[in-house]
Amino acid sequence: MKTTIGWHVIFLSLPLFFSLPGFAQGKTIPVGKSKPLQSIQQAIDLAANGDTVLVDPGLYKEENILVRKSIVLKGVDYPVLDGQHKHAIITVKAKDAVIEGFKMQNTGRSEIDDIGAIMIFDSYRVTAINNILDNSNFGVYLQNSRSCLIKDNDITAYGKSELQSGNGIHCWNSDSIQIIGNRITGHRDGIYFEFVTNSLVWRNASVKNLRYGIHFMFSHHDTYIGNIFEGNESGVAVMYTNNIHMYNNFFLNNWGAAAYGILLKDITDSDISGNHFVRNTIGIHMEGCSRIKLHKNIFNNNGWAVKIQASCDNNEFTRNNFTGNTFDIGTNGSLVLNTFNGNYWDKYEGYDLNRDGVGDVPYHPVSMYSMIIDNNPSALMLFRSLIVSLLDKSEKILPGVTPEKLQDETPLMKRLPL
Amino acid sequence: MKKILKYVIVDIVQNKIVLIYTFLLLVISLSVFSLENNSAKGMLSLLNIVLIIVPLICAVFSTIYIYNSGEFIVLLVSQPLKRRTIWLSLFFGLATSLCLAFFIGAGIPILLYHADATGFMMIAMGLCLTVVFVSIAMLAAGLARDKAKGIGLSIMLWMYFSLIFDALALFFLFQFQDYPLEKIMTLMSFLNPIDLGRIQILLQMDISALMGYTGAVFREFFGNSLGISLSFLGLSVWAAMPLLISLRRFKKKDL
Repeated sequence: MKTTIGWHVIFLSLPLFFSLPGFAQGKTIPVGKSKPLQSIQQAIDLAANGDTVLVDPGLYKEENILVRKSIVLKGVDYPVLDGQHKHAIITVKAKDAVIEGFKMQNTGRSEIDDIGAIMIFDSYRVTAINNILDNSNFGVYLQNSRSCLIKDNDITAYGKSELQSGNGIHCWNSDSIQIIGNRITGHRDGIYFEFVTNSLVWRNASVKNLRYGIHFMFSHHDTYIGNIFEGNESGVAVMYTNNIHMYNNFFLNNWGAAAYGILLKDITDSDISGNHFVRNTIGIHMEGCSRIKLHKNIFNNNGWAVKIQASCDNNEFTRNNFTGNTFDIGTNGSLVLNTFNGNYWDKYEGYDLNRDGVGDVPYHPVSMYSMIIDNNPSALMLFRSLIVSLLDKSEKILPGVTPEKLQDETPLMKRLPL
Repeated sequence: MKKILKYVIVDIVQNKIVLIYTFLLLVISLSVFSLENNSAKGMLSLLNIVLIIVPLICAVFSTIYIYNSGEFIVLLVSQPLKRRTIWLSLFFGLATSLCLAFFIGAGIPILLYHADATGFMMIAMGLCLTVVFVSIAMLAAGLARDKAKGIGLSIMLWMYFSLIFDALALFFLFQFQDYPLEKIMTLMSFLNPIDLGRIQILLQMDISALMGYTGAVFREFFGNSLGISLSFLGLSVWAAMPLLISLRRFKKKDL
């Protein structure tokens, strides 16, 4: 008991401790062509905890700068750190280190090791902020780290194939990471999480990557807010995770034979709300998902708005807008364990006699033809032909092939103002 | 030939049915575009009209017209004119005036609201289908002497191409679904002018990615300029073949 109180006192006094001017400032060690020190690594070796290494503009070709102290490594006007297509650029194994304001280019690439621009291993409270990463293999690479902040970095690669490129922001076995306001393009996966918990991904733009905009596995209790995932080869895929929270993200223009707005595989107990799914081949693809609440999302102009496999259960779709999708819901079986309530469907043809804004007849969002195509893709040839429309209409009136219970009992007459 | 063509065109353009057809198309197209705030959705509704209503009207109207001008044809045959000239003039007259009707009724609204590749493809396919179904109507009229039989035949043919063929294709697909059918389906689509038109328009609407591998096969074949020219070639064969058969019949026909 006594020891616990002791720890509390130390924790509470930490902020006070850091705010003391002498400690936080330290001394400043300048590096540059015209300065006494010309090598960043030398300056770091000379620095003590709490110091700042200030790097002048210029081109620095150093092999893998190693930071093992609590220092601030800061660039003035984006000094260029060049990896010469051979090396990693900065490796951090420290607590309370800051990497700020550099332009890092041309990292090496290896089949055996993961080589990246900013490598953070076994660290605590490291910050990488406002850097420009150009032609990186991995951009920012975190491993076994806690409470790190990756913010406002511009990460660009020019990968040609999935196999020969790394991830923009790659995190493995970490906790309480914040990834905020980064722009990532041209990597294999924009953001990659494996065993990363209690983290926040906020306001990032992950655009035109070779595989997924974001890809995570076993990363529980994470929150994703206001990110943009656009035009990635395969959209977004997330797997084997519980308790994720996704709010107000944009999943746009993931159009292709194997592209998804978002693919949810074995995701449970999660909350997906206020997201926009626009112009994707498949807006959401769900497989083995349980207890997800999907509400107030917008599905617009997708091929399939939602494809929900029969292996999903207890998912709730409420108050979403479905507009302009070719197919609203697709499924592969007759078992339905999910609920759809109070959504707006632009294909709804029912009526509302008592004028309470809720349609009086249920809406069946699964069209027969979408099930035919699912079994037999060649049936594409008959898309929008008269026979298919007739079959669809008769199926709507008297469901035979499509799951009868997959219906919205309370479809809305008017689009929700989302 | 020019003179007969002129007579036929003037006669058809003044025909009330054709005027109503034009007007109806115009009203439908305009209302479809102005009701939907999204012009792409309007295009989808128009697609059904181009693929179903246009062939039906063309087939039925042309057949009836040919039977009704039976006396006119007999009169022309008594003149020093080749039968070939008479029959082709009738065909070109019908095709030109119905194309004109389609262009005014549906083409102009499409150009006004949706003048892109999809729109142009829709107009081109509408015009092609008009010509093809006039030709099919000539065949029906050439084959059957009796008016009721001829009209019945042309309606049957329309029904075959717009409904029965697709039903058979669907049946075929399910019977042989264990085999890779993509290439065979591509070939099969050439057996039906309506399917050809539909696939070309849909590819312009960029839905092919929806359908995975099949979509890719279709896109690869029909999407490039070779595929587009091939399907136009297919449509011209569809316009020429029934016409030539009926022409041969008409040459030997005892009027």
